[in-house]
Amino acid sequence: MAKHRVMIYGWFERLWHWLQALFIIILMVTGFETHSSYTLFGYETAVRIHEITARAFILLILLAIFWHVTTGEWRQYQPKGERSMVRQGQYYAFGIFKGEDHPYRKSELQKLNPMQKATYLGFKILIVPVMVFTGLIYMYYDWWTSVVPTIGLTILAAIHTIGAFALVIFLIIHVYMTTTGEKPATNITAMITGYEEIEEVPDVEPASV
Amino acid sequence: MASRGRFTQRVLILLALVAAALFVVAAGATGQTETAAQEDESVPVSEQPVSTPRERSDATANHSEFEILQQDFATGPDLTAACLTCHTEAAKQMQATTHWTWDNHFGEGIGKTTQVNNFCIGIQSNEPRCTSCHTGYGWADNTFDFTIEENVDCVVCHDTTSTYKKFPTAAGHPAYEPTEFLGKTWEPPDLTLIAQNVGKTTRETCGSCHFYGGGGEGVKHGDLTKDLFDPPREIDVHMSADGADMTCSDCHRGNNHQINGSSVYMSASDEGGIDLPFDDGDRSTCQSCHGDTPMESRKLNEHADKVACQTCHIPKLARGESYTKAWWDWSTAGKFDANGDPITTFDEAGNVSYTTKKGDFVWERNYIPDYVWFNGIVNATIAGDPVVLNEDGVMELNAYAGSYDDEFSRIYPVKAFRGIQPIDGGNNTIALPHLFGKDDAAYWKSYDWNLALEAGMAVAGADYAAAEGVPYSGEVGWLETVFNEPATHMVAPAEDAVECGACHSRDSVIASIGGFYMPGRDGGAYDWLLWGLVALTLLIVLGHGVMRFASAKRRSS
Repeated sequence: MAKHRVMIYGWFERLWHWLQALFIIILMVTGFETHSSYTLFGYETAVRIHEITARAFILLILLAIFWHVTTGEWRQYQPKGERSMVRQGQYYAFGIFKGEDHPYRKSELQKLNPMQKATYLGFKILIVPVMVFTGLIYMYYDWWTSVVPTIGLTILAAIHTIGAFALVIFLIIHVYMTTTGEKPATNITAMITGYEEIEEVPDVEPASV
Repeated sequence: MASRGRFTQRVLILLALVAAALFVVAAGATGQTETAAQEDESVPVSEQPVSTPRERSDATANHSEFEILQQDFATGPDLTAACLTCHTEAAKQMQATTHWTWDNHFGEGIGKTTQVNNFCIGIQSNEPRCTSCHTGYGWADNTFDFTIEENVDCVVCHDTTSTYKKFPTAAGHPAYEPTEFLGKTWEPPDLTLIAQNVGKTTRETCGSCHFYGGGGEGVKHGDLTKDLFDPPREIDVHMSADGADMTCSDCHRGNNHQINGSSVYMSASDEGGIDLPFDDGDRSTCQSCHGDTPMESRKLNEHADKVACQTCHIPKLARGESYTKAWWDWSTAGKFDANGDPITTFDEAGNVSYTTKKGDFVWERNYIPDYVWFNGIVNATIAGDPVVLNEDGVMELNAYAGSYDDEFSRIYPVKAFRGIQPIDGGNNTIALPHLFGKDDAAYWKSYDWNLALEAGMAVAGADYAAAEGVPYSGEVGWLETVFNEPATHMVAPAEDAVECGACHSRDSVIASIGGFYMPGRDGGAYDWLLWGLVALTLLIVLGHGVMRFASAKRRSS
């Protein structure tokens, strides 16, 4: 079948993705230092970088929410149902070793496979909000405690820490999964250049979102 | 706030640069380049030399011109009588202060008069030795009349000649004729010279007692040693000539001879903030000058609701040349050498490590203080109090009150002075030995603890003047005790403050301070499980990758 280069990820989406990646890695490195997992910058500097990056990340999140809503891209994350998930799961568990084709084709209208949809949705509506809210209460703890009763720092810190570990696990799987494209670098190249070689699917109607 | 301040600072610097550039252009135009003036401008105000209070003579009276001071004074009280002819209210004022009463620090009649510590235990029955640091003359026992005005010692605080010295065992009197003490001859001071040169208190007058508490230099306080007579900036940023060049009384101010700031009637927090123009009656705190939010970062300012300034800004105790006593074991006292002579040994640094009179000592220098929750309330122990052990099996003789939940409490640095002291073993109560004296019961005379405790307890009691003695079983016991001294002097320059990571780490210096969650110190209990999950993920991902690679290879071959 014929292939042609299609712009899959627009400039903002790519900027958003890579800034988000950068911020999360900085937050991770400084956050685990704050958690005393190692010493790198020194506690005070680590906290300072962590707080500045957190503020920048929140700004980026607000921009990204605006982008998702105004472009309608939020629809990319609507779950597709259990059966499609199972199919995608079976592919990663078995089909991928037999050289089978990906069960779902990528297009401008459907950038994400069912498992990606579910994972990223969970990332967007669960992990990130939890990290942002616990982080904000943590950062301004003295102010919060003087205004409204908050949960104790023990629980707050525990949730924030568990979220951080969840993000580490997400990052490992996410980076690995990028290698499962046609060639190991296909997906990552697409996220850098925005373009991907996509098989022509005649019956797909032009994008009108 | 901080960033706005920094922004303003940048704008000001920019303006200053523009102004400087204009100045240079203007000076160049008129052919007068004033390099020196430019250099002066570039020096921040804080680093420019300032005239110190001591350099400015602001006295309105020259005491050497007063007729009543043109005489030979036979005794200290004679000198005081002369002072009082003009300063009619001074002695009355002094007699209302704790410098005079050594009492009522706690508002319940308990003070230095009856409180027990683990240095020389207590003053009752040992007065003439202890009261060599009393601002008076003649306090030899509990019959001392605290109302006689001539017995106030004016010049111990107001001497400016550095020649006035109270004799160590004369109940507050100086030597009136050459007198020997521990192999050294004490010459009588020239009271006339001293009287004609009185002035404000100095580091030397305050330090002559406060740097020598506990019977010797540096013994009692790790933050008050003779290093403070002329400290380098890194030892005391306030008192150093290269720092603010302040004297004791710049912080410990007061009216009517009532000096602010006491180590037994303390404030761990000062919500009153800056004390000008309205004095909140607590003028010797950090906040009195620095206010409530002196830090550059919001987060550091927020720490102040639970952490005392001292905790971060006094990184170590005894940071100068002097050592401070950290351990005192009375139970080993009383040993003699083969000839029957008393023994004195020294440690590697030259500090006395054993004497027959006092037992074993350990001296420390430049060491990390202990930290406690402290709300300013210091408890006192007196002779006859029951032995109460803490969880470490040690008795806290002046337990500092406080907890995380108490809004007036702060994490506070202390010199926790530890030692082993004699007690009433039969009654399991705190005892007070009679150490000093020419009588046979005195321990330093006969080296008999039983006699010493019996004699000490016979005159001990909660009501100092009317003490009728405390029951003593006749059985000597030994008890490990700890006595806190607050660490509040020897404030280091900001750049030497304790690093955040000293507390916020798994081996935190405040590991023992409980009641709350601290980032970096706490919360690592389940790390093994969470890192285990990360490792498991890595394994799965690696395994998956290897299988993909292997299967692809098999298919292609």
